[in-house]
Amino acid sequence: MGTMTSKRESGTVPNGIGRSVKRTEDARFLLGKGRYTDDLRIPGQAYIYVVRSPHAHANITSLDASEAKSASGVVDVLIGSDYLDDGLGTLPCIWQVRNKNGSVMAEPARYPVAVDRVRYVGDAVAVVIAETLDQAKDAADLIVVEYEPLAAVVAGPDAIMPQAPIVHNDAPGNLCFDWEIGNRAATEDAFSRAHHITRLDVINSRIVPNPMEPRSVVAIYDDIADEYTLHTSTQNPHLVRSLLCKSVLRIPEHKVRVVSADVGGGFGVKCHLYPEEVLLTWAARRCGRPVRWTADRSETFLSDAHARDHVTHGELALDSDGTFLGLRVSTVANLGAYLSTWSASIPTYASAPNLAGQYTTPAIYAEVKGVFTNTVPVDAYRGAGRPEANYIVERLIDAAAREMGLDRVEIRRRNLVPSAAMPYATPLGPVYDSGDFRKCLDMAAGNADYEGLAERKQDALRRGKLLGLGVSCYIEACGVSPSRANGISGGRIGGFEMAEIRFNPDGSATVFSGTHSHGQGHETVFAQIVTDKLGVPFESVMLVQGDTARIAFGHGTVGSRSAAVGGSAIVVAGERIVAKGKRIAAHIMEVDVEDVHFEDGEFRSRGTNKVMTIAEIAHAAYLPINYPLDQMDPGLDEICFYDPTNFTFPNGTQICELEIDPQTGHVELKRFVVADDFGRILNPMIVHGQVHGGIAQGVGQALLETVVYDADSGQLLTGSFMDYAMPRSCDLPSFEVSYHEDSPCTHNPLGVKGCGEAGTIGAATAVMNAVLDAMSSVGVDHMDMPASPSRVWRALRAATSKLPRPTASASATAGNGNQVGNAHGE
Amino acid sequence: MHMFEYLQPRTAIEAEALLLANEEARAISGGMSLLPAMKLRLAAPSHLIDLSGIEEMRGTSVDDNVLTIGAMTRHAEVARSSVVRQAIPGLAALASGIGDRQVRNRGTIGGSIANSDPAACYPASVLGLGATVMTPRRRIAADDFFVGVFETALEPGELVTHIAFPIPERSAYVKFQQPASRFALVGVLVSRSRDGTVRVAVTGASSHVFRVPSLEQALAAEFTPGAVENIAIDTEELNSDIHGDADYRAHLIPVLTARAVDLASKPDAVGKI
Ligand SMILES: Cc1cc2nc3c(=O)[nH]c(=O)nc-3n(C[C@H](O)[C@H](O)[C@H](O)COP(=O)(O)OP(=O)(O)OC[C@H]3O[C@@H](n4cnc5c(N)ncnc54)[C@H](O)[C@@H]3O)c2cc1C
Repeated sequence: MGTMTSKRESGTVPNGIGRSVKRTEDARFLLGKGRYTDDLRIPGQAYIYVVRSPHAHANITSLDASEAKSASGVVDVLIGSDYLDDGLGTLPCIWQVRNKNGSVMAEPARYPVAVDRVRYVGDAVAVVIAETLDQAKDAADLIVVEYEPLAAVVAGPDAIMPQAPIVHNDAPGNLCFDWEIGNRAATEDAFSRAHHITRLDVINSRIVPNPMEPRSVVAIYDDIADEYTLHTSTQNPHLVRSLLCKSVLRIPEHKVRVVSADVGGGFGVKCHLYPEEVLLTWAARRCGRPVRWTADRSETFLSDAHARDHVTHGELALDSDGTFLGLRVSTVANLGAYLSTWSASIPTYASAPNLAGQYTTPAIYAEVKGVFTNTVPVDAYRGAGRPEANYIVERLIDAAAREMGLDRVEIRRRNLVPSAAMPYATPLGPVYDSGDFRKCLDMAAGNADYEGLAERKQDALRRGKLLGLGVSCYIEACGVSPSRANGISGGRIGGFEMAEIRFNPDGSATVFSGTHSHGQGHETVFAQIVTDKLGVPFESVMLVQGDTARIAFGHGTVGSRSAAVGGSAIVVAGERIVAKGKRIAAHIMEVDVEDVHFEDGEFRSRGTNKVMTIAEIAHAAYLPINYPLDQMDPGLDEICFYDPTNFTFPNGTQICELEIDPQTGHVELKRFVVADDFGRILNPMIVHGQVHGGIAQGVGQALLETVVYDADSGQLLTGSFMDYAMPRSCDLPSFEVSYHEDSPCTHNPLGVKGCGEAGTIGAATAVMNAVLDAMSSVGVDHMDMPASPSRVWRALRAATSKLPRPTASASATAGNGNQVGNAHGE
Repeated sequence: MHMFEYLQPRTAIEAEALLLANEEARAISGGMSLLPAMKLRLAAPSHLIDLSGIEEMRGTSVDDNVLTIGAMTRHAEVARSSVVRQAIPGLAALASGIGDRQVRNRGTIGGSIANSDPAACYPASVLGLGATVMTPRRRIAADDFFVGVFETALEPGELVTHIAFPIPERSAYVKFQQPASRFALVGVLVSRSRDGTVRVAVTGASSHVFRVPSLEQALAAEFTPGAVENIAIDTEELNSDIHGDADYRAHLIPVLTARAVDLASKPDAVGKI
């Protein structure tokens, strides 16, 4: 699919930083030998089937599991009253957002299994434990639940209407929070001085992340040691342990080991504590059996956190030459039926502070209402809040350019923060440390041949197509996060990362990291860092992750943080290794420590020809015979807890070019051109992979994916891949990606900014701006995602000018993409 | 999945007998529709009668301007078959556009038409080419075969063994994919026989595949894309769902018919659809 355009390898160390080292982990993945949670077979294991609510909103008037309990193979059936009898707690949200008036948000209880009322289709009602999964499912059919159905509400704006059904009695008006950020008065003032105001209503559609591996949990209780082991497909094992132990099951943390081995994709949806993790841990002890559960795809749709679902009104104030004076944004964020782990933070602190974008807009004010509905809880998904911010800002800019007759690229250029202004403090808080936004915009516009656009549009018209080009300039606060920043904004979690480098007596090194690779390639990239910084051969470095028994602590992998925060922790731990190594070397070489310097894996003393390799130092440290035991401990094992001083700010420009077939509404992507500033690039091949996957997910939202709930019944209508449209490789063009590497991050030792989410953050916007560029030529200037064929066709029915038809010379069937059977699916 | 018994007969007659002997028995050929239904517990057959060992239900042959395809022939085999590609290239192309590689390597033409999924591709070819469906008991004309949503003229225990397609002068199938399932949101098969008879069969748009007389008449008079472009289709019987309302499907029918006519008119392009 993708082409590598302008990224050459950098770096001088073989297999070091900047090299496209092939991924160590791929051998086992490609051979089908990855070790996923569902691959575990534990002696004595029993299967769990979770009975879920078929109603969007109902009171449980009675629940009779007696027949199920005596069914063949059934170990036990657990229900809400059992959970209450055991006196256990509720699933917490780790961000406490405050209302405009300073009061705290509503935090209604979320039990892992319904205790009296169900609040969405898929809410857990009972847990059946049996010898086989089929027996569990058979027994589930014998459970008799009587429901008293209640009126349901599924759309965010509907939930705050006066007569709306109430999801939680302790959240009046279905309001979780009514939050604001920015200077309202200054923004009002800017609007009062404006020459032009652009207003826009957009819906950022609800989507289901759908990693390839469904969530999977295995729980084991050891009654002799009174210890639990929870294997779970999570991005964040320590977070799962902390929340599970402290808030929910009230078990001391040292009694619980959380293991997350290979995980087949996370995208944010696996960085939460889920009800099933609680239920299985509880059930393992209650029935004294190891228990297992893996979601099938239908359950994934009903129980994985959904994402986005913002309804937003935005206004941009401009002066007569298109300079941005002020921005006002008001959002209703659908949080679903309960607060998921990060949920309250996503539409607020993860989103709104990014509204300055790449621009000098001096006055910004945003407000967000977080609301409860009878839908699956909503939480983070690749980009988490930042795609939503990018979408409203960049859609507003295009609308403003159209209304004022300005060129879209030119109006952006006029308002970009100049590189000379770095570090740049935006009005909403973030302080951009580095970046050359103009450079990326120019690079992308040049590579996309923006100049030749008019000609290409004419050519497309002759073929009966509407051609459009869309620009999206994105910036994102990544490298999460400075712990203090979390605390100030209501976070109940730190943001540092831990790395430990343990040399073994033979000179090989084991790296322990609190981040978690679930596709990103940390085994490779972290080894590259160690090879580069410490001169240990690449093959002699091994990464350990995903196990609270082996890793001191960690905050997992979310928010494009692994290289920027986890990688930085490795660098600092490595510096500590070198510092200790120098002292050992000085002792053995009998020179002053100041005279020892370290380069390419060797300790040399100035003025002598004495040299020791780091492997020799490691050997000496574990066989401390000639060793400064009076000054230091034996061993060579250093740990760093790295708390970043700022976020990182990956940025860049994405340009999408596409053609619409006005007869069918089918959108075909023609080109996707990207210029990214990720700071220093550690492995170009892996970064390309991250960008490609990210773009695919952004394109997915823009063209295909969307969750549809029936407004009356609250039933999920897009509950399988038969109706929920995922992007496929054949929907995507070859991506043209280039990098700007001359503005490295200034506050971390690697100069990296992160690349995990960038593709997704800009892509949906670039696609929709392109769709609207194409449609505006026939007088249609608004539509919401997804730009699926029937929706595009319907939008085009409002066209004010004639739709193009192919001229006789151009073939009617040329490039008709979607209709030609074997053009897809190969 | 519920428990079931698995039986593998060697002849179609034997298979029919097993189906009649067990009320809850189901035939299985490719399993690409039946197995997902069983996994979702929507189907719970007592017996699975596997048709894959029945030699007489395989293979393709041409005789007297009729292409006969055994019911157990996999989609991938039809797509690849030089016999099919030569006789009715559009049919091979249709098969190559069904589902994905795995589905094409398992799914069969007999299973597809017996299933009569409203959005399936093969039914359009059976109806649009005026084929005859053969069973051990009788021959059923395409016009009588498809009767409703997942419903055909097959009687309990009756198996499709072959499908006989008269070879047209030209034909083409154009499928507009439903974005999620990639089945046909609307699929149109257009054919013109050697005696000038035109058939237009539409799948994906209604409870089952159907013909459109107004389009057929227009094309019989003039077999060009322009002949059908402006013909309005009644929305009454058409499906509405989250991927397209009835008016959208009605709009697509003449658009895709025109494209199929265009494709059928280009001998070199036909093999490519
Ligand atoms: C992911 C996916 C994508 C797909 N995409 C498409 C698509 O784009 N277009 C399309 O047309 N189809 C598509 N299909 C359906 C596919 O073509 C199936 O293979 C087909 O519909 C059923 O054929 P089968 O041989 O698998 O039948 P089975 O699943 O084995 O059987 C289906 C039904 O027919 C009955 N049956 C089977 N054989 C016979 C027979 N000889 N006589 C009488 N009854 C019989 C069975 O009892 C059962 O009720 C897709 C399927 C999947 C899983």
